[in-house]
Amino acid sequence: MSDVLENIDLFVDGYLTSLKIILWALAGSLPLGVLIAACRVSPIPPLRAFGTFWVTTFRNTPLTVVLFFCAFGLPELGINNSFFFFGVLGLVLYTSAFVCEAVRSGINSVPAGQAEAARSIGLDFSQGLRFVVLPQALRTVVPPLGSVLIAMFKNSAVVGAFGVGGDLWSTGLGLTSAQGYPALTIFGIGVAVGFLCITLPAGALLQVLERRVAIAR
Amino acid sequence: MAGVNKWFGELHVLQDVDLSIARGEVVVVIGPSGSGKSTLCRTINRLEPIDSGEITLDGQRLPEEGKQLARLRSDVGMVFQSFNLFAHKTILENVTLGPIKVRKLSKGDAEKRARELLDRVGVGEQADKYPAQLSGGQQQRVAIARALAMDPKVMLFNEPTSALDPEMINEVLDVMTSLARDGMTMVVVTHEMGFARKAANRVVFMDGGRIVESADPETFFTRPESARAKDFLSKILTH
Repeated sequence: MSDVLENIDLFVDGYLTSLKIILWALAGSLPLGVLIAACRVSPIPPLRAFGTFWVTTFRNTPLTVVLFFCAFGLPELGINNSFFFFGVLGLVLYTSAFVCEAVRSGINSVPAGQAEAARSIGLDFSQGLRFVVLPQALRTVVPPLGSVLIAMFKNSAVVGAFGVGGDLWSTGLGLTSAQGYPALTIFGIGVAVGFLCITLPAGALLQVLERRVAIAR
Repeated sequence: MAGVNKWFGELHVLQDVDLSIARGEVVVVIGPSGSGKSTLCRTINRLEPIDSGEITLDGQRLPEEGKQLARLRSDVGMVFQSFNLFAHKTILENVTLGPIKVRKLSKGDAEKRARELLDRVGVGEQADKYPAQLSGGQQQRVAIARALAMDPKVMLFNEPTSALDPEMINEVLDVMTSLARDGMTMVVVTHEMGFARKAANRVVFMDGGRIVESADPETFFTRPESARAKDFLSKILTH
């Protein structure tokens, strides 16, 4: 325990960096995932094909490969930015595929008659989705989406390992490999508790959200 | 509509259907299950696309997709068998959504008009409730108000009373009868022969994807021409 407390400043910094990665990835992957889901259910075949391609690509590629491509492949193509940017980008691309599929399962849970009624009063596809289908899809989406997002929070550790540094995982690595602290306390208490301080409140928040969006059918 | 054909896979659900409906006319479509009458109704606002033939509304051919189709649909009211009220919206919001988002009415104007329509169909007191809190008959009357809020040129009713308890059927039919009297152009797919007799200008009898007979209600119910119609009527009118 003292090993952790001695380095508590480092852990707080690491916690904040991880949180930053997570919040950026959240801000990117949620809207992107919803957009891709909209493509996948759209009446326009090229959009549907694009959505399917996107999901197939990013859902079936290991996160480390996506991150490698972003962090090292994109610079080779002449696109330069910070490791932080590429790390978040990789996490956004990867997570958006899973967000898309969670959202799409929610869309499919809304009875077809709702979309037909929306169309019959003259709403176009995107209006029907925004005003009628997605709000109702939300309530079935919250539990699976929660799992996807919590997985993403934990994947931020992989992003940290891709040269971003300073996050919870990298802090743990620095302390154990460079400074010789025991892994048992540093990772078992410091890093793990740090992540729990992110995932547990998030889980609680999701439960509140789930109750709030529940509407009688 | 002229020469309309539609297949569901191998099944030829609409076969060379020709039908024209005049403004202000009330056409009741009857026929056995699977005769294509629901599909016919749904092709008129292109909830079901057709495979061949032509459907024109007010001189304009049905657009394929996109904004123009949405605009056309806003002029065609539709009432479904299963009501399909927006489950996450209040009764009032159900009726104002179209006018606000499609007709670009202000919220105030849309609500004023919606309350008038809800009063007209007799559910004004329920405006702030959610659909699940209403009875089937009340929900269906709200669905009629929702369609009317768009000031449609024609109203399509796809078996509007088939999902209702017997005692609620009349409250919906009464609203429909009064609409018919007010000169609304209506296409009604139904099994309610009483309504057909009372409110229809014309009865269209369908079987096997074809229009078998088309006549005024008096003629159709007393002197049907085709053997198929005679058979159908003898089965349903003996109860």
